[in-house]
Amino acid sequence: MNYDNLFSDKVKTIKPSGIRKFFDIAAEFDDVLSLSIGEPDFQTPWHIREAGIESLEHGRTKYTANSGMRELREQTCHYLHRRFGLDYSDDEILITVGGSEAIDLAIRTLVNPGDEVLVPEPSFVCYSPITVLAGGVPVPIVTKKEDDFKLTAAALKKAITPRTKLLILPYPNNPTGAVMTRRDLNAIAKVLKDTNIMVLSDEIYAELTYGSRHVSIANIDGMHERTIIINGFSKAFSMTGWRLGIAAAPRPVIKKMTLVHQYGIMSAPTTSQYAALEALKNGDSDIESMRQEYDSRRKLILSGLRDMGLSCFEPFGAFYIFPDISAFGLTSDEFCERLLREQRLAVVPGSAFGSSGEGFLRISYAYSVENIELALGRLRKFIGSL
Amino acid sequence: MNEKKLLAALEKDAYADRSMLASQLRCSVQEINAQIKKLEEQKVIVGYNAMVDWDKTNRDYITAMIELKISPIRGEGFDKVARRISKYPQVKSVNLMSGAYDILLSIEGRTLTEVALFVSQKLAPMDGVLSTATHFVLKKYKDKGISYDVSEEDMRGLYNI
Repeated sequence: MNYDNLFSDKVKTIKPSGIRKFFDIAAEFDDVLSLSIGEPDFQTPWHIREAGIESLEHGRTKYTANSGMRELREQTCHYLHRRFGLDYSDDEILITVGGSEAIDLAIRTLVNPGDEVLVPEPSFVCYSPITVLAGGVPVPIVTKKEDDFKLTAAALKKAITPRTKLLILPYPNNPTGAVMTRRDLNAIAKVLKDTNIMVLSDEIYAELTYGSRHVSIANIDGMHERTIIINGFSKAFSMTGWRLGIAAAPRPVIKKMTLVHQYGIMSAPTTSQYAALEALKNGDSDIESMRQEYDSRRKLILSGLRDMGLSCFEPFGAFYIFPDISAFGLTSDEFCERLLREQRLAVVPGSAFGSSGEGFLRISYAYSVENIELALGRLRKFIGSL
Repeated sequence: MNEKKLLAALEKDAYADRSMLASQLRCSVQEINAQIKKLEEQKVIVGYNAMVDWDKTNRDYITAMIELKISPIRGEGFDKVARRISKYPQVKSVNLMSGAYDILLSIEGRTLTEVALFVSQKLAPMDGVLSTATHFVLKKYKDKGISYDVSEEDMRGLYNI
């Protein structure tokens, strides 16, 4: 079998993640400390797990409606209204296999060959490969440290062409921790208002903001009709392994996304849907206690990094911090490899999130305070040795 | 500062990092320390313990929960007997209960015999004690919010995006 000719041309263009090699290096050592994981360290709250277990005990082991259980979609509407002031009805909600599937669906549902998809960078790594697989053309928009890694109206305007179909709006942002305020979003909305560009607003970290509540662009005048919101249970309720996400969008869009979902997935996992129902009904206080814990760690790590002389933008969302290491004369890849080999500390190079992440590190604070303090000690030692 | 939040955090972990507490409660480390000192003086915080799993050591050790029925004394209720029982160092907790019996106490000893002797020689003959029922603890799973059994480890790998 000649495997070289086996794969589709599009798949052949997709490169593996830039952090693959670090797995192999880390495997050489048994004392590696990590601040690199992009998922919560908390266990799923017990009452939520119990609801999943009870659903199995009651034999709820069949498919649900393609778009998700009606009661879960109704509770999702209440949740989006209660937490973010958003108004959707249950037929404008689709329950997906994680936020990831919702992103994939939205892009595949909208993009024609040659359509351009604007992707602010640095950002999560999935938007461009999915766009390529859909035949679209990803167009990166560089966001900058001096703008607090926000998407600016000027940068957006410059990137728009007659082929622009979709804008990805990945805030609160992985890896920078940047957020967009209502004022920032107003400026973006003004640019988009007279176009036919849709917005895919990836709000998976919406519950994890510090200082002010997350504002969805769907809440900005005139934007509801052109926004697809991606949200989910992974980050807010620490439910990554349950694989359950939410898409909320105008009815015609959700209808078409549900069509694609129906053929690819059938329905999201039933056990997870029952657990999610419990999360939405009785989980607000879990979100709050986890958020407060992240916030304390965020302050601890921010002051720790600044104390060792690193230039660091204050992140107000997600659970990442993105210090600038360009002053050390190493690429972020070299920095991370040496940090791993010499101090056994694993963090992710900013360049893994697009070339504009070069010169930065992504450090996750989804770790215990003890772990963070140990890691800060190792980083301080490493920097001292440079 | 929110005193209840401070107490809840310390009840969960008396060793909680003071600068983390300060950031959670939006105040300075000095204020945290002063507040803790005040709460200790007021006996709102009555003490601190290490939670020891003696089963993991080679120490001979047994715990019993003992129910007591008491005849209350006029003017003093159950206090006199309860306080007297509390004096014994081997008695680890004493609670006045609603329901079928009056006092539930826990006691630690080195052997079954030692506990049995304490019950028969000290507790049962005590003035006001009508009856005792002794239950030996076979295994401790959780105490004061902390699991002694299996903990849930961090199953995450070293890297992901």
